[in-house]
Amino acid sequence: MAHFEKATSVHDWLNQRLAIDTVRRVMATEYWIPKNINFLWAMGMVLAVTFGLLLVSGIFLLMYYQPNVATAFDSVNYTIMREVEFGWLWRHVHGVAASVVFLIIYIHMFTGIYYGSYKKGREMIWISGMLLFVAFSAEAFSGYMLPWGQMSYWAGMVITNLFAGGSLHADGLVEWIRGDYVPAQAFLTRFFMLHVLLIPLAILGLIGLHFAALRIPHVNNQDGEEIDFDAEAKKYLAGDKAGSKVIRFANDFMAKDMMVVAFYLFFFFYLVFFHYDFAMDPVNFDPADGLKTPAHIYPEWYFLWSYEILRPFPTDPGLIAFAFAQVIFFLLPFLDRSPNAVPANRRGLFKIWFWVMLVDMIVLTAMGKLPPEGIFSTIGLYAAITFIALWVVLPFITKLERKL
Amino acid sequence: MKNSSRRGFMGMAFGAVAGVGAVASLYAMKRSWDPLPSVKAAGFTTLDMSAYKENELVTEKWRGKPIFVLKQSKEMLEKAKKNPKDLERLIKIGDDHFMVAVGLCTHLGCIPGYNPDEESFLCACHGGMYDSTALVTKAPPPRGLDIPPFKIDGNKLVLGEAGPEYKKMLETGVTLKV
Repeated sequence: MAHFEKATSVHDWLNQRLAIDTVRRVMATEYWIPKNINFLWAMGMVLAVTFGLLLVSGIFLLMYYQPNVATAFDSVNYTIMREVEFGWLWRHVHGVAASVVFLIIYIHMFTGIYYGSYKKGREMIWISGMLLFVAFSAEAFSGYMLPWGQMSYWAGMVITNLFAGGSLHADGLVEWIRGDYVPAQAFLTRFFMLHVLLIPLAILGLIGLHFAALRIPHVNNQDGEEIDFDAEAKKYLAGDKAGSKVIRFANDFMAKDMMVVAFYLFFFFYLVFFHYDFAMDPVNFDPADGLKTPAHIYPEWYFLWSYEILRPFPTDPGLIAFAFAQVIFFLLPFLDRSPNAVPANRRGLFKIWFWVMLVDMIVLTAMGKLPPEGIFSTIGLYAAITFIALWVVLPFITKLERKL
Repeated sequence: MKNSSRRGFMGMAFGAVAGVGAVASLYAMKRSWDPLPSVKAAGFTTLDMSAYKENELVTEKWRGKPIFVLKQSKEMLEKAKKNPKDLERLIKIGDDHFMVAVGLCTHLGCIPGYNPDEESFLCACHGGMYDSTALVTKAPPPRGLDIPPFKIDGNKLVLGEAGPEYKKMLETGVTLKV
Protein backbone atom coordinates (compact mmCIF):
# COMPACT_ATOMS: atom_id res chain seq x y z
CA MET A 1 0.00 0.00 0.00
CA ALA A 2 1.11 3.54 -0.74
CA HIS A 3 2.47 5.58 2.12
CA PHE A 4 0.22 8.24 3.66
CA GLU A 5 1.10 10.73 6.40
CA LYS A 6 -1.10 12.49 8.88
CA ALA A 7 -2.58 15.41 6.98
CA THR A 8 -1.81 18.96 8.07
CA SER A 9 -4.93 20.43 6.44
CA VAL A 10 -7.98 19.50 4.40
CA HIS A 11 -6.05 20.59 1.32
CA ASP A 12 -3.14 18.31 2.23
CA TRP A 13 -5.52 15.45 3.02
CA LEU A 14 -7.08 15.74 -0.44
CA ASN A 15 -3.74 16.30 -2.11
CA GLN A 16 -2.33 13.05 -0.72
CA ARG A 17 -5.32 11.14 -2.07
CA LEU A 18 -6.23 12.97 -5.30
CA ALA A 19 -3.08 14.93 -6.18
CA ILE A 20 -5.19 18.07 -6.56
CA ASP A 21 -2.16 20.35 -6.83
CA THR A 22 -0.83 18.38 -9.79
CA VAL A 23 -4.24 18.31 -11.47
CA ARG A 24 -4.58 22.07 -11.02
CA ARG A 25 -1.13 22.68 -12.43
CA VAL A 26 -1.61 20.44 -15.46
CA MET A 27 -5.15 21.57 -16.27
CA ALA A 28 -5.01 25.24 -15.39
CA THR A 29 -2.00 27.12 -14.07
CA GLU A 30 0.54 25.54 -16.41
CA TYR A 31 -1.67 25.09 -19.44
CA TRP A 32 -0.30 27.80 -21.71
CA ILE A 33 -2.26 30.15 -23.95
CA PRO A 34 -0.59 32.50 -26.47
CA LYS A 35 -0.93 36.22 -25.82
CA ASN A 36 -1.57 37.24 -29.43
CA ILE A 37 -5.20 36.14 -29.72
CA ASN A 38 -8.48 38.08 -29.82
CA PHE A 39 -12.05 37.77 -28.54
CA LEU A 40 -12.85 35.12 -31.19
CA TRP A 41 -10.76 32.71 -29.11
CA ALA A 42 -13.37 32.92 -26.36
CA MET A 43 -16.05 31.14 -28.44
CA GLY A 44 -15.06 27.75 -27.02
CA MET A 45 -15.84 28.95 -23.50
CA VAL A 46 -19.04 30.60 -24.75
CA LEU A 47 -20.07 27.25 -26.22
CA ALA A 48 -19.24 25.40 -23.01
CA VAL A 49 -21.39 27.87 -21.04
CA THR A 50 -24.26 27.55 -23.56
CA PHE A 51 -24.07 23.77 -23.30
CA GLY A 52 -24.31 24.17 -19.52
CA LEU A 53 -27.43 26.35 -19.95
CA LEU A 54 -28.98 23.70 -22.23
CA LEU A 55 -28.21 20.98 -19.71
CA VAL A 56 -29.67 22.80 -16.70
CA SER A 57 -32.80 24.05 -18.50
CA GLY A 58 -33.21 20.58 -20.04
CA ILE A 59 -33.18 18.93 -16.63
CA PHE A 60 -36.09 21.10 -15.49
CA LEU A 61 -38.07 20.54 -18.71
CA LEU A 62 -37.51 16.80 -18.32
CA MET A 63 -39.41 16.79 -15.03
CA TYR A 64 -42.71 17.75 -16.69
CA TYR A 65 -42.36 16.74 -20.33
CA GLN A 66 -44.33 13.62 -21.37
CA PRO A 67 -43.01 11.64 -24.38
CA ASN A 68 -46.46 10.47 -25.49
CA VAL A 69 -48.16 11.47 -28.75
CA ALA A 70 -51.40 12.19 -26.88
CA THR A 71 -49.92 14.35 -24.12
CA ALA A 72 -46.56 15.70 -25.38
CA PHE A 73 -47.99 18.87 -26.94
CA ASP A 74 -49.98 19.83 -23.85
CA SER A 75 -47.20 18.91 -21.45
CA VAL A 76 -45.07 21.54 -23.18
CA ASN A 77 -47.59 24.20 -24.12
CA TYR A 78 -49.87 23.91 -21.12
CA THR A 79 -48.09 22.24 -18.21
CA ILE A 80 -44.63 23.71 -18.65
CA MET A 81 -45.70 27.07 -20.06
CA ARG A 82 -48.67 27.81 -17.79
CA GLU A 83 -48.68 25.60 -14.73
CA VAL A 84 -45.03 25.14 -13.75
CA GLU A 85 -43.62 28.19 -11.95
CA PHE A 86 -40.88 29.61 -14.19
CA GLY A 87 -41.52 26.77 -16.66
CA TRP A 88 -41.53 29.41 -19.42
CA LEU A 89 -38.02 30.42 -18.35
CA TRP A 90 -36.59 26.92 -18.82
CA ARG A 91 -38.33 26.49 -22.12
CA HIS A 92 -37.21 29.83 -23.51
CA VAL A 93 -33.65 29.35 -22.23
CA HIS A 94 -33.62 25.90 -23.85
CA GLY A 95 -35.11 27.07 -27.15
CA VAL A 96 -32.98 30.22 -27.45
CA ALA A 97 -29.79 28.37 -26.42
CA ALA A 98 -30.48 25.63 -28.97
CA SER A 99 -30.62 28.28 -31.68
CA VAL A 100 -27.81 30.55 -30.48
CA VAL A 101 -25.46 27.61 -29.91
CA PHE A 102 -25.37 27.15 -33.69
CA LEU A 103 -24.59 30.82 -34.27
CA ILE A 104 -21.59 30.47 -31.96
CA ILE A 105 -20.60 27.14 -33.53
CA TYR A 106 -20.54 28.78 -36.97
CA ILE A 107 -18.47 31.72 -35.65
CA HIS A 108 -16.13 29.21 -33.97
CA MET A 109 -15.82 27.23 -37.22
CA PHE A 110 -15.18 30.20 -39.46
CA THR A 111 -12.64 31.56 -36.96
CA GLY A 112 -10.81 28.25 -37.29
CA ILE A 113 -11.01 28.39 -41.09
CA TYR A 114 -9.82 32.00 -41.26
CA TYR A 115 -6.79 31.49 -39.02
CA GLY A 116 -5.86 28.05 -40.40
CA SER A 117 -6.41 26.37 -37.03
CA TYR A 118 -7.12 22.99 -38.64
CA LYS A 119 -3.60 22.46 -39.98
CA LYS A 120 -0.14 21.41 -38.89
CA GLY A 121 -0.99 19.08 -36.02
CA ARG A 122 -4.41 20.61 -35.33
CA GLU A 123 -6.32 18.25 -37.66
CA MET A 124 -7.84 16.27 -34.78
CA ILE A 125 -9.17 19.47 -33.22
CA TRP A 126 -10.99 20.19 -36.46
CA ILE A 127 -12.30 16.63 -36.91
CA SER A 128 -13.50 16.29 -33.31
CA GLY A 129 -15.11 19.72 -33.69
CA MET A 130 -16.94 18.60 -36.81
CA LEU A 131 -18.10 15.46 -34.98
CA LEU A 132 -19.46 17.79 -32.30
CA PHE A 133 -21.25 19.79 -35.00
CA VAL A 134 -22.91 16.58 -36.27
CA ALA A 135 -23.83 15.53 -32.73
CA PHE A 136 -25.30 18.98 -31.98
CA SER A 137 -27.27 18.82 -35.24
CA ALA A 138 -28.73 15.45 -34.27
CA GLU A 139 -29.44 16.79 -30.78
CA ALA A 140 -31.23 19.84 -32.20
CA PHE A 141 -33.28 17.77 -34.63
CA SER A 142 -34.34 15.16 -32.05
CA GLY A 143 -35.25 17.92 -29.60
CA TYR A 144 -37.33 19.66 -32.24
CA MET A 145 -39.53 16.54 -32.44
CA LEU A 146 -40.47 16.60 -28.78
CA PRO A 147 -43.17 19.35 -28.59
CA TRP A 148 -45.02 17.26 -31.21
CA GLY A 149 -46.40 20.25 -33.07
CA GLN A 150 -47.05 20.49 -36.81
CA MET A 151 -43.47 21.50 -37.63
CA SER A 152 -42.09 18.73 -35.38
CA TYR A 153 -44.18 16.15 -37.16
CA TRP A 154 -43.57 17.28 -40.72
CA ALA A 155 -39.88 18.01 -40.20
CA GLY A 156 -39.63 14.50 -38.77
CA MET A 157 -41.47 13.14 -41.80
CA VAL A 158 -39.32 15.00 -44.35
CA ILE A 159 -35.95 14.40 -42.69
CA THR A 160 -36.51 10.68 -42.09
CA ASN A 161 -37.72 10.43 -45.71
CA LEU A 162 -34.23 11.53 -46.80
CA PHE A 163 -32.98 8.13 -45.65
CA ALA A 164 -35.02 6.49 -48.42
CA GLY A 165 -32.20 7.75 -50.68
CA GLY A 166 -34.45 9.06 -53.47
CA SER A 167 -34.73 6.50 -56.27
CA LEU A 168 -33.24 3.80 -54.04
CA HIS A 169 -36.66 3.71 -52.33
CA ALA A 170 -35.20 2.31 -49.12
CA ASP A 171 -38.61 2.60 -47.44
CA GLY A 172 -37.75 -0.29 -45.14
CA LEU A 173 -34.89 1.73 -43.66
CA VAL A 174 -37.16 4.74 -43.13
CA GLU A 175 -39.77 2.58 -41.41
CA TRP A 176 -37.03 1.02 -39.29
CA ILE A 177 -35.80 4.43 -38.16
CA ARG A 178 -39.36 5.53 -37.35
CA GLY A 179 -40.54 2.23 -35.91
CA ASP A 180 -43.73 2.89 -37.87
CA TYR A 181 -44.93 3.84 -41.34
CA VAL A 182 -45.23 7.46 -40.25
CA PRO A 183 -43.85 9.36 -37.25
CA ALA A 184 -45.91 8.05 -34.32
CA GLN A 185 -45.47 6.84 -30.74
CA ALA A 186 -42.42 4.63 -31.40
CA PHE A 187 -40.79 7.53 -33.26
CA LEU A 188 -41.45 10.06 -30.49
CA THR A 189 -40.18 7.81 -27.68
CA ARG A 190 -36.99 6.82 -29.46
CA PHE A 191 -36.15 10.40 -30.40
CA PHE A 192 -36.84 11.36 -26.80
CA MET A 193 -34.31 8.73 -25.69
CA LEU A 194 -31.77 10.01 -28.23
CA HIS A 195 -32.31 13.61 -27.15
CA VAL A 196 -32.02 13.15 -23.41
CA LEU A 197 -29.51 10.32 -23.15
CA LEU A 198 -27.58 8.87 -26.06
CA ILE A 199 -26.67 12.04 -27.99
CA PRO A 200 -25.83 14.09 -24.85
CA LEU A 201 -23.53 11.23 -23.77
CA ALA A 202 -21.86 11.33 -27.17
CA ILE A 203 -21.53 15.12 -26.92
CA LEU A 204 -19.87 14.89 -23.50
CA GLY A 205 -17.42 12.30 -24.82
CA LEU A 206 -16.68 14.40 -27.90
CA ILE A 207 -16.12 17.53 -25.81
CA GLY A 208 -13.51 15.52 -23.88
CA LEU A 209 -11.90 14.48 -27.16
CA HIS A 210 -12.02 18.05 -28.50
CA PHE A 211 -10.21 19.36 -25.41
CA ALA A 212 -7.71 16.51 -25.48
CA ALA A 213 -6.97 17.23 -29.15
CA LEU A 214 -6.05 20.78 -28.15
CA ARG A 215 -3.59 19.72 -25.49
CA ILE A 216 -0.51 18.89 -27.57
CA PRO A 217 -0.71 21.40 -30.46
CA HIS A 218 -2.11 24.14 -28.15
CA VAL A 219 -4.44 26.84 -29.43
CA ASN A 220 -3.47 28.73 -32.56
CA ASN A 221 -2.81 32.49 -32.54
CA GLN A 222 -3.91 35.35 -34.74
CA ASP A 223 -0.52 35.80 -36.43
CA GLY A 224 0.02 32.19 -37.49
CA GLU A 225 3.16 32.22 -35.36
CA GLU A 226 4.78 28.90 -34.44
CA ILE A 227 5.37 29.20 -30.71
CA ASP A 228 7.75 26.99 -28.72
CA PHE A 229 5.44 26.54 -25.76
CA ASP A 230 8.03 24.83 -23.54
CA ALA A 231 10.59 27.61 -23.98
CA GLU A 232 8.01 30.37 -23.52
CA ALA A 233 6.58 28.66 -20.45
CA LYS A 234 10.07 28.45 -18.92
CA LYS A 235 10.57 32.14 -19.58
CA TYR A 236 7.23 32.92 -17.90
CA LEU A 237 7.96 30.76 -14.86
CA ALA A 238 11.43 32.35 -14.55
CA GLY A 239 9.66 35.65 -13.99
CA ASP A 240 9.83 37.24 -17.46
CA LYS A 241 6.07 37.53 -17.81
CA ALA A 242 6.27 40.52 -20.16
CA GLY A 243 8.81 38.88 -22.46
CA SER A 244 7.06 35.51 -22.63
CA LYS A 245 4.63 34.92 -25.47
CA VAL A 246 2.28 32.85 -23.31
CA ILE A 247 0.12 33.24 -20.21
CA ARG A 248 -1.49 30.78 -17.83
CA PHE A 249 -4.90 29.41 -18.83
CA ALA A 250 -6.24 29.97 -15.32
CA ASN A 251 -6.82 32.34 -13.84
CA ASP A 252 -5.12 34.77 -16.22
CA PHE A 253 -6.59 33.86 -19.58
CA MET A 254 -9.87 32.69 -18.04
CA ALA A 255 -10.46 36.19 -16.73
CA LYS A 256 -10.60 37.52 -20.29
CA ASP A 257 -12.59 34.52 -21.49
CA MET A 258 -15.21 35.05 -18.84
CA MET A 259 -15.50 38.73 -19.67
CA VAL A 260 -16.50 37.78 -23.22
CA VAL A 261 -18.88 35.22 -21.71
CA ALA A 262 -20.40 37.98 -19.58
CA PHE A 263 -21.09 40.16 -22.65
CA TYR A 264 -22.50 37.12 -24.40
CA LEU A 265 -24.82 36.35 -21.50
CA PHE A 266 -26.27 39.89 -21.63
CA PHE A 267 -27.08 39.28 -25.30
CA PHE A 268 -28.36 35.77 -24.54
CA PHE A 269 -30.75 36.76 -21.75
CA TYR A 270 -31.90 39.78 -23.75
CA LEU A 271 -33.07 37.23 -26.34
CA VAL A 272 -34.57 34.93 -23.70
CA PHE A 273 -36.64 37.68 -22.10
CA PHE A 274 -37.53 39.92 -25.06
CA HIS A 275 -37.04 38.01 -28.30
CA TYR A 276 -37.52 34.32 -27.49
CA ASP A 277 -40.09 34.14 -30.30
CA PHE A 278 -37.38 33.99 -32.98
CA ALA A 279 -36.62 30.47 -31.75
CA MET A 280 -40.30 29.43 -31.64
CA ASP A 281 -41.92 28.68 -34.98
CA PRO A 282 -45.62 29.73 -34.90
CA VAL A 283 -46.57 26.65 -36.99
CA ASN A 284 -45.31 24.45 -34.16
CA PHE A 285 -48.03 25.83 -31.89
CA ASP A 286 -50.54 23.66 -33.79
CA PRO A 287 -50.59 20.06 -32.56
CA ALA A 288 -49.15 17.43 -34.93
CA ASP A 289 -51.64 16.31 -37.58
CA GLY A 290 -50.65 13.65 -40.09
CA LEU A 291 -53.58 14.57 -42.32
CA LYS A 292 -52.74 18.26 -42.71
CA THR A 293 -49.52 19.56 -44.27
CA PRO A 294 -48.22 23.03 -43.42
CA ALA A 295 -47.97 25.23 -46.54
CA HIS A 296 -44.21 25.60 -46.19
CA ILE A 297 -41.99 23.08 -44.46
CA TYR A 298 -38.60 24.57 -43.64
CA PRO A 299 -35.99 23.75 -41.01
CA GLU A 300 -34.62 26.04 -38.30
CA TRP A 301 -32.25 28.74 -39.59
CA TYR A 302 -29.06 26.80 -38.81
CA PHE A 303 -29.96 23.99 -41.22
CA LEU A 304 -31.18 26.26 -44.02
CA TRP A 305 -27.88 26.40 -45.93
CA SER A 306 -27.70 22.62 -46.37
CA TYR A 307 -31.46 22.43 -47.02
CA GLU A 308 -30.99 24.97 -49.82
CA ILE A 309 -28.26 22.78 -51.33
CA LEU A 310 -30.80 19.92 -51.41
CA ARG A 311 -33.72 21.91 -52.76
CA PRO A 312 -32.89 23.39 -56.19
CA PHE A 313 -31.89 20.05 -57.74
CA PRO A 314 -34.05 17.10 -58.80
CA THR A 315 -34.42 14.42 -56.10
CA ASP A 316 -31.34 12.24 -56.68
CA PRO A 317 -28.71 14.88 -57.53
CA GLY A 318 -30.20 16.95 -54.69
CA LEU A 319 -29.59 14.15 -52.19
CA ILE A 320 -26.04 13.68 -53.45
CA ALA A 321 -25.36 17.43 -53.16
CA PHE A 322 -26.86 17.38 -49.66
CA ALA A 323 -24.73 14.41 -48.57
CA PHE A 324 -21.68 16.20 -50.03
CA ALA A 325 -22.45 19.34 -48.02
CA GLN A 326 -22.83 17.30 -44.83
CA VAL A 327 -19.40 15.65 -44.96
CA ILE A 328 -17.17 17.99 -46.95
CA PHE A 329 -16.19 20.24 -44.04
CA PHE A 330 -14.61 17.19 -42.37
CA LEU A 331 -12.08 17.03 -45.21
CA LEU A 332 -10.99 20.67 -44.98
CA PRO A 333 -7.55 19.88 -43.42
CA PHE A 334 -6.79 17.50 -46.29
CA LEU A 335 -8.25 19.52 -49.16
CA ASP A 336 -6.23 22.56 -48.13
CA ARG A 337 -2.88 21.70 -49.74
CA SER A 338 -1.07 24.86 -48.69
CA PRO A 339 1.89 24.57 -46.28
CA ASN A 340 0.90 27.85 -44.62
CA ALA A 341 -1.05 27.88 -41.36
CA VAL A 342 -1.53 31.65 -41.25
CA PRO A 343 -4.54 33.99 -41.33
CA ALA A 344 -6.45 34.02 -44.60
CA ASN A 345 -5.59 37.67 -45.33
CA ARG A 346 -1.98 36.62 -45.97
CA ARG A 347 -2.85 33.66 -48.17
CA GLY A 348 -3.73 35.17 -51.55
CA LEU A 349 -6.49 33.25 -53.30
CA PHE A 350 -7.55 31.50 -50.10
CA LYS A 351 -8.54 34.89 -48.71
CA ILE A 352 -11.03 35.26 -51.56
CA TRP A 353 -12.13 31.63 -51.11
CA PHE A 354 -12.86 32.28 -47.43
CA TRP A 355 -15.02 35.35 -47.95
CA VAL A 356 -16.88 33.89 -50.93
CA MET A 357 -17.62 30.77 -48.88
CA LEU A 358 -18.88 32.83 -45.94
CA VAL A 359 -21.11 35.03 -48.11
CA ASP A 360 -22.32 32.01 -50.10
CA MET A 361 -23.44 30.25 -46.91
CA ILE A 362 -25.30 33.38 -45.81
CA VAL A 363 -27.01 33.58 -49.22
CA LEU A 364 -27.92 29.89 -49.04
CA THR A 365 -29.37 30.44 -45.57
CA ALA A 366 -31.48 33.39 -46.76
CA MET A 367 -32.75 31.57 -49.86
CA GLY A 368 -33.56 28.44 -47.84
CA LYS A 369 -36.07 30.43 -45.82
CA LEU A 370 -37.83 31.94 -48.86
CA PRO A 371 -40.37 29.98 -50.89
CA PRO A 372 -38.69 28.20 -53.85
CA GLU A 373 -40.16 30.45 -56.53
CA GLY A 374 -38.90 32.69 -59.32
CA ILE A 375 -35.71 34.63 -58.72
CA PHE A 376 -35.17 33.07 -55.28
CA SER A 377 -34.89 29.55 -56.65
CA THR A 378 -32.46 30.78 -59.34
CA ILE A 379 -30.26 32.51 -56.76
CA GLY A 380 -30.49 29.39 -54.58
CA LEU A 381 -29.41 27.19 -57.46
CA TYR A 382 -26.36 29.32 -58.28
CA ALA A 383 -25.43 29.59 -54.60
CA ALA A 384 -25.59 25.79 -54.29
CA ILE A 385 -23.43 25.33 -57.38
CA THR A 386 -20.98 27.93 -56.02
CA PHE A 387 -20.74 25.99 -52.75
CA ILE A 388 -19.80 22.78 -54.54
CA ALA A 389 -17.45 24.56 -56.95
CA LEU A 390 -15.61 26.23 -54.06
CA TRP A 391 -14.75 22.84 -52.61
CA VAL A 392 -13.67 21.50 -55.96
CA VAL A 393 -11.22 24.38 -56.55
CA LEU A 394 -9.88 24.45 -52.97
CA PRO A 395 -7.07 21.88 -53.46
CA PHE A 396 -5.90 23.64 -56.62
CA ILE A 397 -5.81 27.21 -55.34
CA THR A 398 -4.10 26.15 -52.11
CA LYS A 399 -1.57 24.08 -54.05
CA LEU A 400 -0.63 27.22 -55.99
CA GLU A 401 0.02 29.11 -52.79
CA ARG A 402 3.62 30.19 -52.21
CA LYS A 403 5.22 29.05 -48.98
CA LEU A 404 5.46 32.04 -46.67
CA MET B 1 7.61 -17.45 -24.43
CA LYS B 2 5.29 -20.07 -23.04
CA ASN B 3 3.65 -17.41 -20.92
CA SER B 4 3.22 -14.94 -23.77
CA SER B 5 1.66 -17.51 -26.09
CA ARG B 6 -0.73 -18.49 -23.31
CA ARG B 7 -1.61 -14.81 -22.91
CA GLY B 8 -2.03 -14.51 -26.66
CA PHE B 9 -4.40 -17.45 -26.67
CA MET B 10 -6.42 -15.94 -23.84
CA GLY B 11 -6.57 -12.69 -25.73
CA MET B 12 -7.83 -14.37 -28.86
CA ALA B 13 -10.33 -16.48 -26.95
CA PHE B 14 -11.67 -13.38 -25.25
CA GLY B 15 -11.76 -11.57 -28.58
CA ALA B 16 -13.77 -14.38 -30.17
CA VAL B 17 -16.28 -14.53 -27.32
CA ALA B 18 -16.61 -10.76 -27.24
CA GLY B 19 -16.99 -10.64 -31.03
CA VAL B 20 -19.84 -13.16 -31.01
CA GLY B 21 -21.45 -11.29 -28.14
CA ALA B 22 -21.11 -7.96 -29.94
CA VAL B 23 -22.67 -9.27 -33.15
CA ALA B 24 -25.51 -10.89 -31.19
CA SER B 25 -26.11 -7.66 -29.26
CA LEU B 26 -26.16 -5.60 -32.43
CA TYR B 27 -28.73 -7.98 -33.90
CA ALA B 28 -30.90 -7.65 -30.78
CA MET B 29 -30.56 -3.86 -30.90
CA LYS B 30 -31.51 -3.74 -34.57
CA ARG B 31 -34.57 -5.90 -33.93
CA SER B 32 -35.63 -3.76 -30.97
CA TRP B 33 -35.84 -0.78 -33.33
CA ASP B 34 -38.10 -2.67 -35.77
CA PRO B 35 -41.76 -1.63 -36.03
CA LEU B 36 -43.77 -3.54 -33.41
CA PRO B 37 -46.18 -6.32 -34.43
CA SER B 38 -49.07 -4.11 -33.34
CA VAL B 39 -47.81 -1.36 -35.65
CA LYS B 40 -47.47 -3.78 -38.54
CA ALA B 41 -50.92 -5.26 -37.91
CA ALA B 42 -52.32 -1.74 -38.06
CA GLY B 43 -50.70 -1.41 -41.48
CA PHE B 44 -53.80 -2.89 -43.13
CA THR B 45 -57.05 -1.04 -43.62
CA THR B 46 -60.19 -2.77 -44.88
CA LEU B 47 -62.74 -0.58 -46.64
CA ASP B 48 -66.35 -1.59 -47.23
CA MET B 49 -66.83 -0.32 -50.77
CA SER B 50 -70.65 -0.53 -50.72
CA ALA B 51 -70.84 2.43 -48.35
CA TYR B 52 -69.54 5.16 -50.69
CA LYS B 53 -71.68 7.63 -52.65
CA GLU B 54 -71.02 8.81 -56.19
CA ASN B 55 -68.90 11.93 -56.60
CA GLU B 56 -68.46 12.32 -52.86
CA LEU B 57 -64.83 12.30 -51.71
CA VAL B 58 -64.16 10.35 -48.53
CA THR B 59 -60.74 10.49 -46.83
CA GLU B 60 -59.75 7.26 -45.12
CA LYS B 61 -56.55 6.61 -43.21
CA TRP B 62 -53.95 3.96 -44.00
CA ARG B 63 -50.55 3.80 -42.31
CA GLY B 64 -51.12 7.32 -41.04
CA LYS B 65 -51.58 8.68 -44.56
CA PRO B 66 -54.79 10.14 -45.99
CA ILE B 67 -56.43 7.87 -48.61
CA PHE B 68 -58.86 9.42 -51.08
CA VAL B 69 -61.82 7.25 -52.09
CA LEU B 70 -64.01 8.63 -54.86
CA LYS B 71 -66.84 6.55 -56.32
CA GLN B 72 -67.20 7.43 -60.00
CA SER B 73 -70.58 8.54 -61.31
CA LYS B 74 -71.80 7.39 -64.75
CA GLU B 75 -70.72 10.64 -66.39
CA MET B 76 -67.30 10.49 -64.75
CA LEU B 77 -66.85 6.93 -65.98
CA GLU B 78 -67.87 7.92 -69.52
CA LYS B 79 -65.32 10.70 -69.42
CA ALA B 80 -62.65 8.33 -68.09
CA LYS B 81 -63.34 5.81 -70.84
CA LYS B 82 -62.22 8.37 -73.43
CA ASN B 83 -58.71 8.39 -71.95
CA PRO B 84 -57.08 4.98 -71.34
CA LYS B 85 -54.71 6.62 -68.84
CA ASP B 86 -57.72 7.58 -66.76
CA LEU B 87 -59.52 4.27 -67.04
CA GLU B 88 -56.57 2.12 -66.00
CA ARG B 89 -56.32 4.03 -62.70
CA LEU B 90 -59.80 3.00 -61.60
CA ILE B 91 -60.53 -0.01 -59.42
CA LYS B 92 -63.57 -2.04 -60.44
CA ILE B 93 -65.54 -3.67 -57.66
CA GLY B 94 -68.73 -5.38 -58.79
CA ASP B 95 -70.22 -2.91 -61.25
CA ASP B 96 -68.80 0.16 -59.56
CA HIS B 97 -65.60 2.03 -60.34
CA PHE B 98 -63.51 3.72 -57.68
CA MET B 99 -60.59 6.07 -57.57
CA VAL B 100 -58.49 5.09 -54.54
CA ALA B 101 -55.23 6.99 -54.02
CA VAL B 102 -52.87 8.36 -51.38
CA GLY B 103 -54.11 11.91 -50.82
CA LEU B 104 -50.69 13.54 -50.87
CA CYS B 105 -49.68 15.75 -53.79
CA THR B 106 -46.84 14.06 -55.68
CA HIS B 107 -45.09 17.42 -55.85
CA LEU B 108 -44.23 18.15 -52.21
CA GLY B 109 -46.75 16.15 -50.21
CA CYS B 110 -49.51 18.68 -49.48
CA ILE B 111 -53.09 17.43 -49.35
CA PRO B 112 -55.14 18.53 -52.40
CA GLY B 113 -58.78 19.56 -52.03
CA TYR B 114 -61.68 18.16 -54.12
CA ASN B 115 -64.24 20.28 -55.94
CA PRO B 116 -67.27 18.05 -56.72
CA ASP B 117 -68.78 20.56 -59.16
CA GLU B 118 -65.71 20.64 -61.38
CA GLU B 119 -64.87 17.02 -60.54
CA SER B 120 -61.22 17.91 -60.01
CA PHE B 121 -58.56 18.25 -57.31
CA LEU B 122 -56.59 21.41 -56.64
CA CYS B 123 -53.47 21.50 -54.48
CA ALA B 124 -53.38 24.88 -52.78
CA CYS B 125 -49.64 24.77 -52.12
CA HIS B 126 -48.33 25.20 -55.67
CA GLY B 127 -51.44 25.05 -57.84
CA GLY B 128 -51.18 21.45 -59.09
CA MET B 129 -54.45 19.94 -60.44
CA TYR B 130 -55.80 16.42 -60.89
CA ASP B 131 -58.93 15.06 -62.60
CA SER B 132 -61.50 12.73 -61.02
CA THR B 133 -59.25 9.67 -61.42
CA ALA B 134 -56.43 11.68 -59.73
CA LEU B 135 -54.47 11.88 -62.97
CA VAL B 136 -52.41 15.07 -63.05
CA THR B 137 -53.80 17.75 -65.36
CA LYS B 138 -51.69 20.73 -64.34
CA ALA B 139 -48.04 20.87 -63.22
CA PRO B 140 -45.96 21.06 -61.01
CA PRO B 141 -46.87 17.53 -59.78
CA PRO B 142 -44.79 15.04 -61.78
CA ARG B 143 -47.49 12.31 -61.84
CA GLY B 144 -50.97 11.40 -60.68
CA LEU B 145 -51.66 10.54 -57.06
CA ASP B 146 -50.04 7.27 -56.03
CA ILE B 147 -52.28 4.25 -55.56
CA PRO B 148 -51.72 2.26 -52.35
CA PRO B 149 -51.26 -1.53 -52.47
CA PHE B 150 -54.74 -3.06 -52.49
CA LYS B 151 -56.45 -6.41 -52.78
CA ILE B 152 -60.04 -6.84 -53.85
CA ASP B 153 -61.90 -9.14 -51.50
CA GLY B 154 -65.52 -9.44 -52.69
CA ASN B 155 -67.15 -6.14 -51.80
CA LYS B 156 -64.21 -5.10 -49.67
CA LEU B 157 -60.89 -3.50 -50.44
CA VAL B 158 -57.87 -4.41 -48.28
CA LEU B 159 -55.20 -1.68 -48.30
CA GLY B 160 -51.64 -2.77 -47.53
CA GLU B 161 -51.88 -6.10 -49.35
CA ALA B 162 -50.85 -6.36 -53.00
CA GLY B 163 -53.48 -8.19 -55.09
CA PRO B 164 -53.16 -9.12 -58.80
CA GLU B 165 -54.90 -5.93 -60.00
CA TYR B 166 -52.45 -3.78 -58.02
CA LYS B 167 -49.44 -5.75 -59.25
CA LYS B 168 -50.59 -5.18 -62.81
CA MET B 169 -50.79 -1.43 -62.13
CA LEU B 170 -47.23 -1.49 -60.84
CA GLU B 171 -45.96 -3.40 -63.87
CA THR B 172 -47.65 -1.11 -66.37
CA GLY B 173 -46.41 1.95 -64.50
CA VAL B 174 -49.86 3.29 -63.63
CA THR B 175 -48.58 4.00 -60.12
CA LEU B 176 -45.32 3.99 -58.20
CA LYS B 177 -44.79 1.80 -55.18
CA VAL B 178 -45.93 3.59 -52.02
